[in-house]
Amino acid sequence: MISLTVNGVERQFDGDPETPLLWYIRDELGLNGTKYGCGTGLCGACTVHLDGQAVRGCLATVAEAEGTSVSTIEGLSPDGNHPVQVAWRDLNVPQCGFCQTGQIMQASALLAASPSPSDQEILEGMQGNICRCGCYQRIVGAVRRASTGV
Amino acid sequence: MLRHLNLQATGSAQPSAGRTIIENVSRRGFLKGTAAFAVVVQFLPFDAEAYETYPHGGQSMPNGVVNNPLVFVSIDRDGTVTIKAHRSEMGTGSRTSIPMIVADEMEADWSRVRIVQAEGDEKKYGNQDTDGSRSLRHHIQPARDIGAAVRRMLEEAAAKRWETDVANVQAVGHEVVHKTLGLRLGYGELAEAAMALPVPARADLRFKDEKEFRYIGKGQVKIVDLHDITTGKAVYAADVSLPGMLTAVVARPPVVGGKVKSADSAAALAVPGVVNVVEIPGSPLGSKFKPLGGIAVVARSTWAALKGRDALTIEWDAGPHGSANTADQEKELRASAGAPGAPVRDQGDAEAALASAARVFTREYYQPHMAHAPMEPPAALANFADGKCEVWGCLQSPYGARGDIAEFFGLGEEDVKVNVTLLGGGFGRKSKGDFAIEAAYLSREVGAPVRVQWTREDDIRHSFYHTTSVEKIDIGLDANDKPVAWRHRSAATSFLSTFAPDEGVQHPVEIGMGLEDMPFEIANVRAEQCKAYAHTRVGWYRAVSNIPRAFAIQSITAELADELGRDQKDFLLEMIGTPRKLDWRAAGLPQEFWNNGEPYEHFPIDTGRLRHVIELAADKAGWGKSLPPGEGLGIAAHRSFVSYVAAVVRVKVGEDGTVSVPETHIAIDCGFVANPERVQSQMQGACVFGMTAAMYSGITLENGAVVESNFHDYDMVRADNFPQVAHTHIVEHPFAVHATGVGEPGVPPILPALTNAIFNATGKRIRNLPIGDQLQT
Repeated sequence: MISLTVNGVERQFDGDPETPLLWYIRDELGLNGTKYGCGTGLCGACTVHLDGQAVRGCLATVAEAEGTSVSTIEGLSPDGNHPVQVAWRDLNVPQCGFCQTGQIMQASALLAASPSPSDQEILEGMQGNICRCGCYQRIVGAVRRASTGV
Repeated sequence: MLRHLNLQATGSAQPSAGRTIIENVSRRGFLKGTAAFAVVVQFLPFDAEAYETYPHGGQSMPNGVVNNPLVFVSIDRDGTVTIKAHRSEMGTGSRTSIPMIVADEMEADWSRVRIVQAEGDEKKYGNQDTDGSRSLRHHIQPARDIGAAVRRMLEEAAAKRWETDVANVQAVGHEVVHKTLGLRLGYGELAEAAMALPVPARADLRFKDEKEFRYIGKGQVKIVDLHDITTGKAVYAADVSLPGMLTAVVARPPVVGGKVKSADSAAALAVPGVVNVVEIPGSPLGSKFKPLGGIAVVARSTWAALKGRDALTIEWDAGPHGSANTADQEKELRASAGAPGAPVRDQGDAEAALASAARVFTREYYQPHMAHAPMEPPAALANFADGKCEVWGCLQSPYGARGDIAEFFGLGEEDVKVNVTLLGGGFGRKSKGDFAIEAAYLSREVGAPVRVQWTREDDIRHSFYHTTSVEKIDIGLDANDKPVAWRHRSAATSFLSTFAPDEGVQHPVEIGMGLEDMPFEIANVRAEQCKAYAHTRVGWYRAVSNIPRAFAIQSITAELADELGRDQKDFLLEMIGTPRKLDWRAAGLPQEFWNNGEPYEHFPIDTGRLRHVIELAADKAGWGKSLPPGEGLGIAAHRSFVSYVAAVVRVKVGEDGTVSVPETHIAIDCGFVANPERVQSQMQGACVFGMTAAMYSGITLENGAVVESNFHDYDMVRADNFPQVAHTHIVEHPFAVHATGVGEPGVPPILPALTNAIFNATGKRIRNLPIGDQLQT
């Protein structure tokens, strides 16, 4: 039996401990904001926070999350108004939207670790998250806006 | 785009007509106990008159255009206006923009509008096939018709209530006011009476003056799903579930047309959570969107299904394409394009002019297959029970998928329902509903609702790929270096091979994407298609054949400019020649010339508009300015989806060959623009999408199977190398200049603008895509 906390709720899991967090979060908990994009840690669509650190939910297993606190997009902010989410809406970032929850989770972890990142830090910090629609200019702008308020 | 293939794909518009009685009862209305007052709808004959003033090709699409307001709009007693979005949303914003047009024209307050996605039902909604950059260009006027009719009905209801002439009332901001008495009635109060009135004749409608638009053209309305997307609540295909649902992943034959020779599923069945292993029948190349077949592992969780699939032992019979190799195919395409093909355009006498030219300038360009790789891999949920099938999926053509499912299982159309979720990108891949048929098949076999989840590897290895082609162009120059002859030979695999046994020929749609419609002012022009045979499923990919054509035409033009010591932009304008509307007959185009499905007299090839976007992009980019060593500007332009786009790309190539793009300028003339903010986002996206295609995208067949599998070997432009600032310049037009395509036409000029810039930065000319490691030193 594995114990972990997801979005502030204590959870027990007695399934395959090698189950990736992504599939545990989606299939077991029904939290669908975390997306499957590649399954190999190459696209970032499944990014969640593990004790505040951005991790790829398709690579991290439930066993590795034992005793940790996991946050998904649904737990990022109670009212959906985390500064990164607000900045995302202010700049109309999304096109299809599919990768955006992963982008937001990546950006919020980046800003938590480095509240005023340089442009280069933003580009490097976000390079693991693919957006096929090509919203990068606005993604980077929104991260900057969330960090500086403008 | 091509659900109903028609070899005579002309732009002639035949209004569709019909009269059907259907029940249109709002489920929400029942649930809330408040009626949405559109109960029995009469489909009126298509109002042809509406389109005489604003003609477009929408009517000639399968099932045409529906502008009946009762099909699309309902109003609750509390004033909530519900608008059906009947096009699939894959990122272009049409799910917002079309209802926004309805709301503006009906004087609805956007904050009181909610959007409901329509199911796949073209008999009711008209054509829903979301591709070809058609959503706005075919629905901007019908959306206005709908809005104006509802506004008129609300005004009539208020006039009746006040026992006055309708001329004395006016709808303004979600209420109708009495012009002299100051009386007011909200839309909710009028809804029941208004929606029971007959739909007014179009002649009785008053359309807003453009100056009265609240939302149209302003770019201030945010996409309707913005909050849901940023909070994780937006629903994509794999987010739908049903009680008792199982999840399946499928091991498909590595080679198209392959079959299972033998399989051992014991280990898969031993994986905890796996409930069944089911073989899906396969189909040879040329079977439209039927599944590839293979062995499905059906499980209680996605993880169990994935583990189960890994545990399968399958021996495949590769079938007729098991020896196909990309390297061989490239040689075949080059050989084919090196010899005469079948003429598709003949103007003057290009052969004679080439024979008598002072010299002939020849170049050849190659592009391999590409996969769309939308961030959301294909997924669908199906519930097949009691002889009926209901599907939820990320489908660009829900009614097409409905028909394909009905045909596959021998069901009547009325026994299949297809619901559309948001699409996590589409780019043409999700026009093909093979994954929905897989889900339906498995649901029927296991007797439970089944979600089919494609992995990224499945997506990249089992796509309907962008054509692979060789485009060879000969330009004959006279003694004064003036181009007097142009001959373009295209050897490109066709999506026809996906629909029927492959004859190695292209469809008029593909020919009309840059091969025959080349706009240069040269006396003698000949375009030929040369045979090309497919070894995998060929589909359409954002901008389709325009990509290799723009790459070839815009590359050779820059190459010839360099050869002649001319400025590339000036030479491009000179090649385009005088501002004129091409006379297609005089240009030697055939009767079946495909003008993106639009009536040519209203959407001619207008070189003045093409010249203008080139001049605009060049001017904004500071064309001709001096740049530091290792940097260069490149320019290219292309008309596609009846829009005109020019791009200037500024590139910086590092000493190790690393490409970065500090800036792009893209100028687009797409007629009247309903939502400039979404046009800008599409152009920004096109810069990234085009750069990815140019830099990385190549699918390789070895022994018939795709080598690439995930983003490590099929990479994408990312946050650390995207075009840093993409400037969008939109040519402004009044409404009378018809809206044209936006989703795709940004892409084609990006690839040659980038490679032209790379040449200007480094002297290295890219003729074979992708760029890959060609610049590495």
